[in-house]
Amino acid sequence: MIKFLFSGLIRDKHRSLIPFLVTATGVMLTVVFHAWMTGVLGNSIEFNARFSTGHVKIMTRAYAENMSQTPNDLAILGTDTLMNVLPQLFPEMLFAERIYFGGIVDIPDKNGETRAQGPAMGIGIDLLSENSPEIERLNLASSLKNGQLPVNKNEVLLSNKFAEKLELSPGDTLTLVSTTMYGEFTLHNFTLAGTVEFGNTALDRGTVIADLRDLREALNMDAAAGEILGFLKTGTYDVVQTTAVTNRFNARFLVEEDEFSLVMKNLPELNNMGFLVEYSDKIKGILVAVFIFAMSLILWNAGLLGGLRRYGEFGMRLAIGEEKSHVYLTMIIESSIIGFFGSLAGTATGLAIALYLQNQGLDLGFMMKNASIMMPSVFRAQITPATWYIGFIPGVISAQIGTMLAGMGIYKRQTSQLFKELEA
Amino acid sequence: MNNEPVIRIKDLKKHFPSGSGRFTALNGIDLLFSKGEFTGIIGPSGSGKTTLLNIIGTLDTPSEGEALILGRSAGSLSAKESAALRKSQLGFIFQTYNLFPVYTVFENVEFPLLLQGVESSQRRKMVLDALEWVGLTDKIRSRPAQLSGGESQRVAIARAMVKRPAIVLADEPTANLDAKNSHNILQTMEKLNRELRTTFIFATHDEKVIGYVRRKIFLFDGKVAGDEIINKN
Repeated sequence: MIKFLFSGLIRDKHRSLIPFLVTATGVMLTVVFHAWMTGVLGNSIEFNARFSTGHVKIMTRAYAENMSQTPNDLAILGTDTLMNVLPQLFPEMLFAERIYFGGIVDIPDKNGETRAQGPAMGIGIDLLSENSPEIERLNLASSLKNGQLPVNKNEVLLSNKFAEKLELSPGDTLTLVSTTMYGEFTLHNFTLAGTVEFGNTALDRGTVIADLRDLREALNMDAAAGEILGFLKTGTYDVVQTTAVTNRFNARFLVEEDEFSLVMKNLPELNNMGFLVEYSDKIKGILVAVFIFAMSLILWNAGLLGGLRRYGEFGMRLAIGEEKSHVYLTMIIESSIIGFFGSLAGTATGLAIALYLQNQGLDLGFMMKNASIMMPSVFRAQITPATWYIGFIPGVISAQIGTMLAGMGIYKRQTSQLFKELEA
Repeated sequence: MNNEPVIRIKDLKKHFPSGSGRFTALNGIDLLFSKGEFTGIIGPSGSGKTTLLNIIGTLDTPSEGEALILGRSAGSLSAKESAALRKSQLGFIFQTYNLFPVYTVFENVEFPLLLQGVESSQRRKMVLDALEWVGLTDKIRSRPAQLSGGESQRVAIARAMVKRPAIVLADEPTANLDAKNSHNILQTMEKLNRELRTTFIFATHDEKVIGYVRRKIFLFDGKVAGDEIINKN
């Protein structure tokens, strides 16, 4: 009987081709959309994590409460000791000290008088250590526009637009005007090693990237850092793992009464990232539900049209002695075959497109020109294990639901009308 | 021909709702059909021919009275039981053939045996036998669209006969055929009736069919108006 049904499907393109195409197209769109959303949301989460939040972030409790102001006077002290302890306590994580700071960049002329000035936001990272993971983490090598990465003390990177605005070239001197962690006025001379462009307005507007040690000297932050970012060694944010790490850390270090005690914040608690993380989780369920609903409606209609077209066939089969339940069952078997192969084709096509988008990415930088949120300019799809089945299972299910709805008419059919119907 | 009864109909009535009242399609039918009969139920439109065929074919149930089909009461069969009876013992032939368009002649004839779960090699033999009866062994790979009307009706006969049913019910089987094809079809059914002793019951008002039957039952306004045995020896 299966062979009989299968050959009918192969020969009758009306019975198979339209449902096949509907299923395959729906599954393909679901697979591509899922991979794309996973990629875009994942890219955004990782982009924020790398530049700002980490997968987790350690601060003093007081700093955390005023985080938006990057209050370095509330920075963590004794980070040299802490950085030795943390890898032992949390071997699944990599930690990096960061100092976020603000100030004015002053450019002197040949006489030492101010030629140009501009407000700057800066990041202090480990730039000069051999094999520092921070350079790769912030994608500095690829973002380099002019000059080179700092190799010597007091060399810095500036965002390219900022450098152009200040008419600075690699090798030129710039002075950072800021305050130390004790609130004192400070001036520190740096040499511009190179300029970078991240393709993100927020970062490209006026960023200074300096080595942590130089900044400690400039801001009088010996063995201190505003923040310590933690990254899962897997490289991808995982809310379960980071929650476990955060709970363990806070249980050990957080003292509610002490405003300088250390606190670890999980990524969703930082920079309003919670919405993005939650959205990323929910999108899968929404996608599947919408897909099944829409596909079922379309396939229901396709099934109704097919049922009308095959009205005579079904009637004859009932007259010959096939039970209604068996006719209904064969319709579901047919739809399962169509659903299976349609979903297979849709998944394969969707994965191929998703793979292309994962490898090539789409440069949407032109849409982000005035965006102030931290988003990458090139978005890539991301194929995860879920991408393989996210469209396939709903594809098969919706084909069956559509047929089940359409096939209910079989049960309403009166055998006593068959002679009349089959003579029509 | 022996007189083994295959269908017993006693005081059969069938009513259909009509507006606020009811319409009586069959009104006190008493009939007995024996094995191997070649019978025509003759009457004008609305006389109750198709309703009677429906009840004999277990597609409908009596409102009153009794219809025993091969010893089973049509009125007390469940949907499952009536389907099982049709599947094994009843064949149907319609004026519009109702072949499955996407399947070959062989597959069309094979279908009732697939439903019965007949084993593959046995099934093939039975299908080829049935196609030989109707003279279509050279068309086994053809599709219905490639057949003439006469050939299509012969395939429909083969499909009805392939499971060797006890009773074949044919509703105006020649209505869509020209005279030559009609005679071919009727001769084929007559031959099968004689060779296999299958009971054939036609609902018809076609003179060509009436010329072949050996028993004529005249229906008028839901009642048997005449029952005539024709001796053709």
